[in-house]
Amino acid sequence: MSVVRSQTLSEIARGGVLCFVERDDDGLADVSLRALTLARGLCGAVGRTLVAAVMGELGASETQTLSQFGVGDAYQVVFDDLDAYSPSAWATALLDLAEMLGSDALVAAGSDRGQEIMAHVGARTGLPMAANCLAASWIDSRSVQLSRQRWGGSLVEDAILEGVPALLTVASDGVLAEVSPSPTPTIIRTHRSAPSDLDRRVVVSQWINRGGGVSLADARVVVGGGRGVGSEEGFGALDELAALLGAAVGVSRAVTSAGWRPHAQQVGQTGTKISPELYLACGISGATQHLAGCRSAKHVVTINTDADAPFLSRADYALVGDLGVIIPALSEAIRSRRKT
Amino acid sequence: MNVLVCVKRVAMVGSRIVLTADEREVDVRQLGFTMSPHEECAVEEAIRIVEHHGGIVTVMTLGPSEASEQLRDAASLGATRLVHLVSDGREWDPVATAEAIVSAVWSLEAGSGSFDLILFGNEAADSGDYQVGVRVAQALGRPSVSGVKRLEVGEHALEARREYRGGEELYEISLPCVIAVKEGINLPRYPSLPGRMRAKKVIVEEIPVEWREGSLRTVKLRVPEERHDRAEVLGVGVDGVGALVALFEQWGILA
Repeated sequence: MSVVRSQTLSEIARGGVLCFVERDDDGLADVSLRALTLARGLCGAVGRTLVAAVMGELGASETQTLSQFGVGDAYQVVFDDLDAYSPSAWATALLDLAEMLGSDALVAAGSDRGQEIMAHVGARTGLPMAANCLAASWIDSRSVQLSRQRWGGSLVEDAILEGVPALLTVASDGVLAEVSPSPTPTIIRTHRSAPSDLDRRVVVSQWINRGGGVSLADARVVVGGGRGVGSEEGFGALDELAALLGAAVGVSRAVTSAGWRPHAQQVGQTGTKISPELYLACGISGATQHLAGCRSAKHVVTINTDADAPFLSRADYALVGDLGVIIPALSEAIRSRRKT
Repeated sequence: MNVLVCVKRVAMVGSRIVLTADEREVDVRQLGFTMSPHEECAVEEAIRIVEHHGGIVTVMTLGPSEASEQLRDAASLGATRLVHLVSDGREWDPVATAEAIVSAVWSLEAGSGSFDLILFGNEAADSGDYQVGVRVAQALGRPSVSGVKRLEVGEHALEARREYRGGEELYEISLPCVIAVKEGINLPRYPSLPGRMRAKKVIVEEIPVEWREGSLRTVKLRVPEERHDRAEVLGVGVDGVGALVALFEQWGILA
């Protein structure tokens, strides 16, 4: 572990909240901006520094975003002879940083990588880790009062976490990304990390791009189908409607369990979480398992034969009746609306 | 191939979760139980691996005496050995859970050899902690990967894949190791009638475990504040289609 030589340890404020920030094609990942928002709250009135750790070098617009979110110090982590993701190596780097900084808390997004890395940090230190937090505040210097999602967000747990640094991940569909009311100039520093042989046991060896089609997680419109669609063949009309709307098709667990559709299309607690402008849920009763995946949808419409289905208490609008009649009629109405 | 799968008994909560009067637990009096969905797939994966390579599938759970039901479910699908860490029914935090599993693994391995592979579900349906597998791997000094949706097991190593941003990451890991899988890695089979009969006869090995207070402590549970008002019904049958298309236009969906 080494720090850029131009700074000494005494120049670096001790304490603070360290947030692991992930990136995607558009820069800093949205889930990480949510994590930064919760982490900033933990900096609180005593003025702890919000510190970001990013793997690789930061671009100018990314640095600007960090400033807007109130990040005082940003560490670009550079690995010796390691380019790909390695949960253990990344956890080592974060842990070294947290130890060097004397961080009071370590925060990551509730993403696959965020959960995994924080689990490694917890395992390495023996400290407790609270997953999918919605809010957190200090009780005293050693304990955090928090609320977190359980049952995929269908329940909230109020809990107390004891241990320093406090290890938290942030629910990706339960906290909004909010810029800081007082943006901060972000100082960029570099942290070099030399992964050990143990760290190198697990490294991504290849990236296989599946590409193609509208991704369910990012789709602006999702047409959902449940047990009420009736059969594999029944999805023909849904596919047609989805194509008309430029939508992705999402399904309930009952549908994938029946083998009608692949699991990659499953929306829910054990499938994909969606956040579209419109979720049109057809023949889906509304089990908590499914609702856990569509909590972030802006407008929810359900088409259901059963006017008493639980989904009707979560949807904004409903059409009651036979899917086999309503969906083709809806497709036809959209086509004729477009012609005029 | 010697494979261990760790599973957790969880309630089937249906469409609405009801809490006990003290708001510390889910009221399970009207509910059935299952193992967490990711773990059903872990059991299925272990059985497939052993069908292909030969070997033994051991399934272990930490839970109240009733959790033997989930072990027998696993046996009805093809698990050969069942181990029950019998608790008093209180909830265990992930650190204590991992420690209890690690002690049990040591004692099982001392008796009948090392597990080539230990499988977990990515996270339990109820507590959603995302960490027990990693903690167990760390304590055992074995490599681990979470979120795995495809496994190809060789004699000394395995290939694991997981989804990442519209693609797949490939990992090559030497055995023994710990893998946390996600639903979708396979489509679990249904138990056969002979399987169910056989499961009744499998001996459940019981190891008592003592609960201890963790450093992540539940104060209370609550149902999140979400809207529960009824949807506005636009129409019955095709009557509402016109109104729905108008809403789509208003929301900019048809643009």
